[in-house]
Amino acid sequence: MRYLPLTPADRAEMLGVIGAADIDALFADVPAAARKRDLFDLPLQAGELAVERELSALAALNRAAGAGPFFCGAGAYRHHVPATVDHIIQRSEFLTSYTPYQPEIAQGTLQILFEFQTQVAALTGLDVANASMYDGSTACAEAVMMAKRVTRREKAILSGGLHPHYAATTQTIAHAEGMQIVRQQAAIDAEAAVIQAIDAETACVVVQTPNVFGTVTDVSRIAEAAHAAGALLIVVTTEAMSYGLLKSPGEMGADIAVAEGQSIGNGLNYGGPYVGLFAAREKLVRQMPGRLCGETVDADGRRGFVLTLSTREQHIRRDKATSNICTNSGLCALAFTIHLSLLGQKGLRGVAEANHSRAREMKAALEGAGVEVLTPRFFNEIAVRAPGAASLVEDLLADGIVAGVPFSRLDPHAGLDDVLLLAATETTTKDDIAALAAGLRRRLG
Amino acid sequence: MNMVNVGRPTRPEGEAPQDPGARRSLSGGRGLLQDEPLLFELEGWDKTGVDFEPAEHDASDLAGLTREGQIGIPGLSEPEAVRHYVRLSQKNHAIDLALYPLGSCTMKHNPRLNEKMARLAGFADLHPLQPLSTTQGALKLMDRLAHWLKTLTGMPAVALAPKAGAHGELCGLLCIKAAHEAAGNGDRRRVLVPTSAHGTNPATAAFVGYSVTEIAQTEDGRVDLADLAAKLGPDVAAIMVTNPNTCGLFERDVIEIARLTHAAGAYFYCDGANFNAIVGRVRPGDLGVDAMHINLHKTFSTPHGGGGPGAGPVVLSAALATFAPAPWVVSGPDGLTLVEEAKDEAAQAFGRMSAFQGQMGMFVRAYAYMLSHGADGLRQVAEDAVLNANYVKARLGDLMTAAFPDGPCMHEALFDDRWLEGTGVTTLDFAKAMIDEGFHPMTMYFPLVVHGAMLIEPTETESKRELDRFCEALRLLAAAALAGDADRFKGAPHLAPLRRLDETLAARKPKLTWRPESLSSSGEAA
Repeated sequence: MRYLPLTPADRAEMLGVIGAADIDALFADVPAAARKRDLFDLPLQAGELAVERELSALAALNRAAGAGPFFCGAGAYRHHVPATVDHIIQRSEFLTSYTPYQPEIAQGTLQILFEFQTQVAALTGLDVANASMYDGSTACAEAVMMAKRVTRREKAILSGGLHPHYAATTQTIAHAEGMQIVRQQAAIDAEAAVIQAIDAETACVVVQTPNVFGTVTDVSRIAEAAHAAGALLIVVTTEAMSYGLLKSPGEMGADIAVAEGQSIGNGLNYGGPYVGLFAAREKLVRQMPGRLCGETVDADGRRGFVLTLSTREQHIRRDKATSNICTNSGLCALAFTIHLSLLGQKGLRGVAEANHSRAREMKAALEGAGVEVLTPRFFNEIAVRAPGAASLVEDLLADGIVAGVPFSRLDPHAGLDDVLLLAATETTTKDDIAALAAGLRRRLG
Repeated sequence: MNMVNVGRPTRPEGEAPQDPGARRSLSGGRGLLQDEPLLFELEGWDKTGVDFEPAEHDASDLAGLTREGQIGIPGLSEPEAVRHYVRLSQKNHAIDLALYPLGSCTMKHNPRLNEKMARLAGFADLHPLQPLSTTQGALKLMDRLAHWLKTLTGMPAVALAPKAGAHGELCGLLCIKAAHEAAGNGDRRRVLVPTSAHGTNPATAAFVGYSVTEIAQTEDGRVDLADLAAKLGPDVAAIMVTNPNTCGLFERDVIEIARLTHAAGAYFYCDGANFNAIVGRVRPGDLGVDAMHINLHKTFSTPHGGGGPGAGPVVLSAALATFAPAPWVVSGPDGLTLVEEAKDEAAQAFGRMSAFQGQMGMFVRAYAYMLSHGADGLRQVAEDAVLNANYVKARLGDLMTAAFPDGPCMHEALFDDRWLEGTGVTTLDFAKAMIDEGFHPMTMYFPLVVHGAMLIEPTETESKRELDRFCEALRLLAAAALAGDADRFKGAPHLAPLRRLDETLAARKPKLTWRPESLSSSGEAA
């Protein structure tokens, strides 16, 4: 077995040093009834070539997003990631290290986490950010529970524009902790509806922009209403590229901003691993979940970085911790930071504008094809009226087009079976858009 | 690296002079180690390393909604970016460099084939919501991974969605909670956890609204059955026990633990962080476990990546299986499909752990690892992991005090600090001195039940030569500590990119982001 360096002679010699008769002697504490003598009913070891064949065959059964016109978004977006990103994250020192528990020999990871936190704070327009969460949806659930700790209230209002998977995740996790989750009716442009629901028991309101239907909203009024009632405003973003063009959550009064960072630096990967962004106002820092990296000095006064404020965390505070999170999304955060440092604010703005521009083209082409566009203001994603959206998407596969996400796949109970979500990014070509418009015209016209 | 010390803490009093042999360069360089500023200090405010097509349409339709002014994120050209990150990389220890004996973390070799497979376009460039007819290969892979996990654990079901070990714990406890509620036992609100447990166990229990009661440990490092029996009762929802436990020992009485737990109407959650010690030899299902997460980044060697991403699928007993969260992979007339909400087969699903269907990128890597090893190789993995740990324990046991010297350990060797008594050297000092010898320190001060704990997990991917090199280094260090050479330890590390960092300062005045006015950019660094 190519990954196991010990030879039979090594094993015999080592057993001798240990003073054990055989390997079974080392498993003597296992109850006899539970010792498996025989090999399990699974295939035997395989060489690299054989494994590569089997996995390549499985991969070939899938239709890669890049294989043709492709318009899926709804929380995961196909962007161009520079080759440099994947090259650097595969360096041994990043790929095969762990959480920087020993800062003297982990300054590479730590300095990058500090850079990541600074980038996330800048993007969200907030003061502090943590060193990443699993993904956007779990970051959203954590933000809601953080609001409970901050306000000592137990009610969370989830707007009807929140991604249904985010709402379901939050409902599952925060409900278990005893919170009351009020999930509003799915609506394309109803962020203002949350204002009416805010009351004196409200710990937080959770609003997404651009929302799951692509609608961009200035949430400043919601922030005012929430703050007037003593509640926090949590702003969710599932398309991090939009930070390049749109007003930041912090600018609009958010207390906590969470996001899915996949768009920057990370591939689609069929849903994971992704990277959750989590930022907040400075006064809330001690209630934040997850790891935080902070600046300090070493014994010679040289600048260095360490994991800090760990008295919030599970390995110190155990059942009093702010979260149970331990392993986060280190390597995905690294990919995010590298991609963003290649973009810089100039490139981020440029790529964000290119996304928006493509989406405007898509909108115009679809309207030209007689399709009703439902999203009033959008970044790179729109909702359109498409009766029988789910089967329509299947039909268009025959033309080689992956025509977005039927809303019913995300939430079959919303009564929005005729809504189709379509995203365009800088990877979308004019030909892709023309093909989509022609396909929809044929089937809907 | 020249540094003006104004306003900075100086070296602790009485410390030995720093590395007397070292000479400082004129510029701050240090041979292969480059001093590298923060990205923000490189000041590429108008730079970008990405060429993009200019937008044809403006954003006038978003009037009033767009961001004005600078975002505050500098850019780098590609060569500058490569240098920045490569220079930083050289300040990290890594498994690929040397033994990384972080107990409980299972830092084993990461096969590069797995990286290559995860990057096949059919996996990496696959959207989580594209039509299921276009993702049959991905669903098949998930289904086969599930089959391996179920077979290896002897459990009938698995929830693949959890994104890391702690997320898996949460999933397992939510299944248990749902099962109790379905049976009208929702008033069971207490979870029993041994004092030696990972911090995530009590944190997770509290997360789902349970209160935590600690179970005592026996002198030989196992769960105290009498204490467990005394604390089990009608209000107990579950116990959470790690097996092999965090002392690196197999819970000999695990079947009795399960029996007592079930007799009290509670469920047995097993923390599977140490499954790598028994994979292919012992099936948790045969031990009476009801739920157990499997850290794919430990047992099945998906890379640790500087702190993630991981993956934490949870295997479930028949009693809990129906409560597993959405989505479920199921067979249908048109091949495999996903049940994405509580309906049909998944009608009792307790909810959803996250958006989409889990850590597919990790599934591909773990499955490639399983196929490579096979039933025979995986069994060898457990045997070599245990052999290596016992070898380290035997080689060091005469100088350092093993916490549980009698009988074999499993995949990790646990020492305490009794042997350091009177030397003036602490576990922390010893660990930091290991850095100077070229090794990553072991896990320190965990588990909490052992004083000054040093938990060494070599893993099965270390050769005998590397183990001997490691043991020799530790023996030399131990001899130095016992010989009274405390100075070597107190100031350590001397040879790392940085010396000991002031963690108190970091926590007292948290500086979590770079700001233009911060100390870091005020020109103090000469």
